[in-house]
Amino acid sequence: MVGTDLPIRVVLAKLGFDGHDRGLKVVARMLRDAGMEVVYLGLRQTTDSIVAAVEQEDADVLGISMHNAGHLTLGPMIVAALDEVGLDVPVVIGGIVPDADLSELEAAGVAAVLGPGASVEEVVSTVRSAAGRNGIT
Amino acid sequence: MESPEPGAGLSAVVELAEASHSGDRRATARLLSLVERGGAPADEAASATQVHVGGAHVVGITGAPGSGKSTITNSLTTLLSEAGQRPAVLAVDPSSPLTGGAILGDRVRMNGASDAGVFIRSMATRGHAGGLALAVPGAVRVLDAAGFDPVVIETVGVGQVEVDVTDAADTTIVVVAPGWGDAVQANKAGLLEVADLFVVNKADRPGATDARRDLELMLDLSTVTGRAGFERPSITMTTATEGDGIGELATAVASHLDLLSQGVELDRRREKRRTAEVRAHLEHLLAGAADEMLASEGLQPVRASESPMMVARRLAGQLLD
Repeated sequence: MVGTDLPIRVVLAKLGFDGHDRGLKVVARMLRDAGMEVVYLGLRQTTDSIVAAVEQEDADVLGISMHNAGHLTLGPMIVAALDEVGLDVPVVIGGIVPDADLSELEAAGVAAVLGPGASVEEVVSTVRSAAGRNGIT
Repeated sequence: MESPEPGAGLSAVVELAEASHSGDRRATARLLSLVERGGAPADEAASATQVHVGGAHVVGITGAPGSGKSTITNSLTTLLSEAGQRPAVLAVDPSSPLTGGAILGDRVRMNGASDAGVFIRSMATRGHAGGLALAVPGAVRVLDAAGFDPVVIETVGVGQVEVDVTDAADTTIVVVAPGWGDAVQANKAGLLEVADLFVVNKADRPGATDARRDLELMLDLSTVTGRAGFERPSITMTTATEGDGIGELATAVASHLDLLSQGVELDRRREKRRTAEVRAHLEHLLAGAADEMLASEGLQPVRASESPMMVARRLAGQLLD
């Protein structure tokens, strides 16, 4: 029960005004079935509430779902909010993100982006590698 | 703050414990992770925080899935926080027996408490039965040592027999919702016997007064049968989503602590808690040893002609040798 066989802890949230949470629920279930502990915050979270949860839950990864075209504003904003308090936790964005925006998100420090076509394997391996736990079940 | 890795040694963990005690929430969160790891890291976290453990009021909230435990926890801790207290929450949800994964969803109902500055930590049961995680008592001490009081433990959604929370808490609140059962259900052994306080939540829904009546009748019979050490629990009607009845519940919780503190009951319960915790860890260690034994190559195959109970007794003899 020591070291790498501990479950990866992931905080999942919708940030701001965006009511589309079906995708996030599906992702939560994928990660659960991959053996991770998913702290599910749900809809209408603020940067403050997410930062508090990531801190209190000692999370390995933060997953944010975005379907409101706000990713270029909100993505960098949440990365900056974590940075500001010195929380070194990778941010994975899922949802509708045009390819043209990927480089800007990457430059802003977003660890990875998962689109609508992502398979279970892709979702799980992306979160695992963001957590620095490649190859570990 | 750097996170000490498991086995990083006591001095790093002591630093963490001091930071946690002086209000560094990240340090508190890291200590909780160490406690959850078990083994040497948990021992170090326990030793390092012990000096600051101050005897916070530990309140358990239990009840069936969907009865409103998280919403009550949210409203209650928000109220206490606004009244100047420093509550913390340990919210337990089940781990999958198949993959070990878990969806810890209690925070969904706790936005108010989070905004009010309540420290909330979600915990998965990680294979432990009884409605709690094995690490809960250790986690409670970490939160106590960090200066949080009260510490509210929200159990997994329980059925009838998951009563571990009564060992872990000073005050146990059992939540029921309208339609949960009838007067016969109310008199079945188990969960309802161990309540210090009852809450009938969703009191705005039909059937709430029936639920209260069934509980009152059950409690009347407990008085008649003269159950040892029985203090008649109060019943609070709440509509937690609206905050209705939460002030009354907060008063009932405080009164119960007063009642416990008047005599030796609080000390008795806490002594019992320590024994229960030792027992839980002992069970865990023995179960691990049993698993190892059953998986070992030297084990003779169990013959169909042998009684499983006899085999178990023989192996237990070897195990405890």
